[in-house]
Amino acid sequence: MSWTQFFFYVFAGLSLLCALMVVTRRNAVHSAIFLIITFFFMAAVFVILKAELLAAVQVLVYAGGVVSLMLYVIMLVKAEEASQVKQNLGQIAIAAFIALLLALQVGSIVYLYFAQKPAGKAAVEALKYGGNTEGIGALLYTKYLFPFEVASVLLLAAMVGAIVLAKNRLER
Amino acid sequence: MVEIVIVTIVKLLIYFGIMLLFVAYGTLAERKVAGHIQDRLGPYHCGPHGILQPLADGIKLFFKEDIVASASDKFVYFLAPALAVVPPVLVLAVIPIGDSITIGGKTIPLAVADVNIALLYFLGVTSLTVYAIMLGGWAGNSKYPLLGGLRSAAQFISYELILGLSIIGVVMLVGSFNLIDIVRYQKDMWLVIKQPVAFITYMIAAIAELNRAPFDLPEAESELVGGYHTEYSSMKFALFFLGEYANMVVSSAIATALFLGGWYAPVHWLSFIPGPIWFLIKTFALFFFMLWIRWTYPRLRYDQLMGMCWRFLMPVTLLNILGTGLFVILKNGGL
Amino acid sequence: MAVKEEQQFKELMAKGTSLGKVDEDIMRETIRTQDYWINMGPQHPSTHGVLRLILSLQGERIVDTEVVIGYLHRGTEKLAEARTYHQIIPLTDRLDYLASPAMNFGYVLAVEKLMEIEVPERAEYIRVMMAELARISSHLLWLATHALDIGAMTVFLYCFREREMVLDLFEMATGGRLITSYYRIGGVAHDLPDGFLDKVKEFCEIFPKRVQDYDDLLYANRIWLSRTVNVAKISAEKGLALGLSGPSIRGSGVNWDLRRANPYSVYDKLDFEVAVFDGCDVYARYLVRRKEMLESCKIVKQCAEYLEKTSGPVMAKVPKVLKPPVGEVYMATEAPKGELAYYIVSDGSQRPYRLKIRTPSFANLIALPEMVKGHLVADVIAAIGSIDIVLGEVDR
Repeated sequence: MSWTQFFFYVFAGLSLLCALMVVTRRNAVHSAIFLIITFFFMAAVFVILKAELLAAVQVLVYAGGVVSLMLYVIMLVKAEEASQVKQNLGQIAIAAFIALLLALQVGSIVYLYFAQKPAGKAAVEALKYGGNTEGIGALLYTKYLFPFEVASVLLLAAMVGAIVLAKNRLER
Repeated sequence: MVEIVIVTIVKLLIYFGIMLLFVAYGTLAERKVAGHIQDRLGPYHCGPHGILQPLADGIKLFFKEDIVASASDKFVYFLAPALAVVPPVLVLAVIPIGDSITIGGKTIPLAVADVNIALLYFLGVTSLTVYAIMLGGWAGNSKYPLLGGLRSAAQFISYELILGLSIIGVVMLVGSFNLIDIVRYQKDMWLVIKQPVAFITYMIAAIAELNRAPFDLPEAESELVGGYHTEYSSMKFALFFLGEYANMVVSSAIATALFLGGWYAPVHWLSFIPGPIWFLIKTFALFFFMLWIRWTYPRLRYDQLMGMCWRFLMPVTLLNILGTGLFVILKNGGL
Repeated sequence: MAVKEEQQFKELMAKGTSLGKVDEDIMRETIRTQDYWINMGPQHPSTHGVLRLILSLQGERIVDTEVVIGYLHRGTEKLAEARTYHQIIPLTDRLDYLASPAMNFGYVLAVEKLMEIEVPERAEYIRVMMAELARISSHLLWLATHALDIGAMTVFLYCFREREMVLDLFEMATGGRLITSYYRIGGVAHDLPDGFLDKVKEFCEIFPKRVQDYDDLLYANRIWLSRTVNVAKISAEKGLALGLSGPSIRGSGVNWDLRRANPYSVYDKLDFEVAVFDGCDVYARYLVRRKEMLESCKIVKQCAEYLEKTSGPVMAKVPKVLKPPVGEVYMATEAPKGELAYYIVSDGSQRPYRLKIRTPSFANLIALPEMVKGHLVADVIAAIGSIDIVLGEVDR
């Protein structure tokens, strides 16, 4: 087993462990902390896979931005109340279904790998451009321009919607 | 392989030492500068001109009673101060203090890691500082720190954007996220001349992110008593303090690399002075600038701070990016 | 509003929540978001002593302010009933301990008015000079702490540098720096020491330049302006109705300074301007006090010039044992913080039957909740600073 593989299994295992902690902690703030750590280990996995840009963005956007906004809300809920929130919300059936889908997806990737079928080409393709920052940039602005723009417009609409909702409340 | 590991460890230790020294004497510099600005002397009793003051402060903080707030969330309460110190130390890895040196026929680059996404790494890692403040504010289970934590979260996220956007102008000109490439690009002309707006917005955003006056709202002592670290004492408090100064050093160092030509001398005939010394001098100049500002201006109000970020700095940085883009296109021969 | 929320609202109203007088609109807000209570003080760095404020917040916006006072209550008025008229002077020192000569001044004037004592003119000039120096010292401390509260720490130390000069002058003349007890019924304790007037004139030379230092840091500073202009506004009518006085009401454009409006002592012989600005906000109050410092400096200079040229007694012929006639007297003076009045009821004995002190800080503090309603927490700090309270005076 090479060092790369060794570190991959360490980080992957730790990120799974922390992900488990996220859903099992009773205190929402603790969950959020474990979520940050999970994102960190995932970034480490990205680095091992030579996707540094993804790793940096993972830390910057998810660990640095998204979770801090989540914490912002969680912190305003009283600690005693937060630990008493009902954890089981009757979503077991849906959750099980989604988990099954996910398991199938992962399973298919593992199957394809062992069946020696070619895996996705994106990562290799990106490296052609000389660095994965430029690679991702070039792909986003050529091949995937349309989905990229659609995603931006969607986010913009969501932002405007959120502002309208909040503003209505304030003015009423 | 072994050689690389040893060299890296040695470099890390040296840089860590430099930073600790910088931080320790940064606190002394702060008090001395404040003293002289305010027509007094500052620390004077520990050693000649108070040189040993940081040591005395350290000993004092170390031996203070460590009070743990009884109603606090212990796990988070202990975690937060540690988090405050981690990001600046992590950023050390990408700071290009000099070009390279040759020892025994081997060329050793002076930066710890030559990462091609150094700037993104810097942004990503510093964005974690906010957790130290937020969690520190929350963990004490007390109202003033919570208010401080909330303020800082909003402030930090907003100014993080400005920081990132001001850097983009530089990245567009240089065409790389690599700090070493960026410094090499400035061999003949510092980027502060090509990107003055970006430099100013970067400095404002950096000071705001560091929670320093005039943007020190999360710890505004006259309003929120002490802000997020109100419930902390002894070394835990000292760690928050260290984190702030370490962040100042790191921000100044990154600004030096981005805008002030890194290790290059300002004029050619001065280049007999080694690069790392220039780097430290420039970093200290920016550090001093931050101190100077702190002791000159009153504090902004929270809503004014956010207003300044979104209504003024945001459009300015965006315009700067547009202008830089136009410049790059024209330079490369139009569309 | 949804039916359920309406019902919740009615329940809350029926319970009579502790919000008390908050109007209905704000109550409706409280149903959706949780109200936040913050206890500011009595141990808080910027409540200027042991003032306690209970702030009810919506986010960081002030919904209601409850002022809790009494932490520094020493029963001055009751103590005075058990002391002779002379013995009360040190008690008055401890009201506004930042401007004790001005506190003495009002009291001795009240007793003199009751007993109809003629005070030698030299004594009057010394008293006015000391009172104006006290005004400068008080305003300097105000500017220092006010600027510190808003975050400008350097101004704080600059102001203390000049305040130190004034305190040195006090020490030279009276032996005390903070609580001087220099005034006596019928004059002052003793004449000024040699060389004192030179020092005073030197101070008058330096001081305007030092005010320029503060101006460099604050006067047109964008951040200072944005923190003070249009903050904690109070109209002239409302201010008068709440009993605001001194610089706090002159900042709302009311030209009311007892030194001019109802001259006592030798103020009618002195040349000075009353500082009036009509911004109604924190900045206007800053401008008023800033100008007052300079005007006081002018008065001090005039007094020093007069005192240099003249000599004579500094004490009227006053019996050792004071027994004022039966009657009552009300004497109001312009103390640094506003209108300071002593109301003395005499039953003909050595001790006053009743001494009521109308202290400016107490009256000014009442306006605070009115000023900060709807503002942010940071503005409370600016507002407390702008009305310049001293807790020794509020609680007495």
